[in-house]
Amino acid sequence: MEEKENLKINHVKKIFKINETQLEVLTDINLDIKAGEFISIVGASGCGKSTLARMIAGLEKPTAGDITIGEKKIEKPSVNVGMVFQESRLFPWLTVEKNVEFGIHENLTSKEKKELVQKHIELVGLKSFEKALPKQLSGGMQQRVSIARALINNPSVLILDEPFGALDALTRINMQNEVLKIWEQERTTMILITHDIDEAIFLSDRILIMGKNPGEIKKEIKVGMSRPRSRNSYGFTDIRKEIYQEFFENTDMDIEYYL
Amino acid sequence: MSESSEKDIKNQVIERTIFFLVPVVLLIIWQILGNAGIINATIMPTPSSIFKTFLDLLKSGDLAEDLGASMGRVLIGFFFGTLAGLLFGIVTGLYPKINKAVAAIFGILRPIPMIGLVPLMILWFGIGEKSKIIVIAVGTFWSVLINTQEGIFNVNDKLIEVAQLLGKNKITVLTKIIFPAAIPSIFTGIRLGVGNAWKSVVAAEMLAATKGVGHMIEYARELAQPEKLFVGLLSIGIIGLVIDAIIMTIQKKLFVWE
Repeated sequence: MEEKENLKINHVKKIFKINETQLEVLTDINLDIKAGEFISIVGASGCGKSTLARMIAGLEKPTAGDITIGEKKIEKPSVNVGMVFQESRLFPWLTVEKNVEFGIHENLTSKEKKELVQKHIELVGLKSFEKALPKQLSGGMQQRVSIARALINNPSVLILDEPFGALDALTRINMQNEVLKIWEQERTTMILITHDIDEAIFLSDRILIMGKNPGEIKKEIKVGMSRPRSRNSYGFTDIRKEIYQEFFENTDMDIEYYL
Repeated sequence: MSESSEKDIKNQVIERTIFFLVPVVLLIIWQILGNAGIINATIMPTPSSIFKTFLDLLKSGDLAEDLGASMGRVLIGFFFGTLAGLLFGIVTGLYPKINKAVAAIFGILRPIPMIGLVPLMILWFGIGEKSKIIVIAVGTFWSVLINTQEGIFNVNDKLIEVAQLLGKNKITVLTKIIFPAAIPSIFTGIRLGVGNAWKSVVAAEMLAATKGVGHMIEYARELAQPEKLFVGLLSIGIIGLVIDAIIMTIQKKLFVWE
């Protein structure tokens, strides 16, 4: 687990059976993600991006194809892949530190555990909130705890499934900076599922745009800009435009001209 | 801010005053009507005569003896009823197939009121302690069972998913997620269970007992001692209230995350 490993998605297909009809949610997804890369998957709701995330996490199995990390095929959830959801999913009866400690997989002495927990609480900027209960924290802080818990086993891959979707705009930007900081420190492979286009551009090395019915990767955009990125730079707005065009092919993006 | 908090305090004072004042006023009216002979004292004695009887019964030790007998039964019945309720609640909560297997039986038995069981229990176990304790245990059983099941059924699947992602085994899921998540509901079941146990003891004692509050009430009616009857009823009410308040306080202290 010390060496972070590459993630490979090979011809993955997912079919859901609803009553008697088969619904093809994802068709032939292929993707190579290098260790330490920051990837965003953007798509309209219903394109199967969350299903893809759940398959990478091992919570669901592909109907065909496979997903591997290094040499290992993902068959079920493992501590090598962490996941953070839109809801923080904290245990309401546990304090911040106990919630983070719950994640620890290895057998450690209580002193080692304590140090590890403390390190991760500090990593997400929650020092002095160790003894707080989740209900005493704001939504953004709860999400920080959730990230700390997901990172505690030092996974190769961290999946962020619309992690900031429920947060207000200011907190969201704060959290994006925070995630960037954590990624630069930990170099975990990050897979961010989002429909916030700016968020994807701000954070990612590569953005994958998914189309639906059936879900497939329609386009890949490399974001070459150095970090931290200014949300108003030309490069940024260019990429934003490119992505918008992908989503609204038939709408005229240059509508300003006619006004 | 300070103005609204001042208002809050004022409201609180008014609420508390109403809380105590209304019963007191009713008691006074009751007393006056009784003294004036408007209320028939042979079926509805005045508060003062009830209180006097209460003091007499307290002094003679009769009340303590009857209440003690009832409480002893409640304690034992409650203990076994809770144990059985927890056991069945956990098993049926965790295993849907077992739940299905017993659903019809439980569904038919549950609506039967405790007092309806008394004759059957006497038939099966005689008029001794056993039949009374079983009636109380049954009364406790249902609320513990139902709330334990509910608590387990309502555990958020999303939390269980988190445990799967973190590579936790089934035992950890059970002890670290399902039980803590279900405990507040289980505790509510226990609280309702004590209440039911306390209600059942009166039913059980009214039919066949030589001691206990239920017997005290029934005997007072036979001997035309309405004061004593009232003392019995009010003791049941007050003790029930106190037990409920104690458990509620414990509940609030234990489950601060709720």
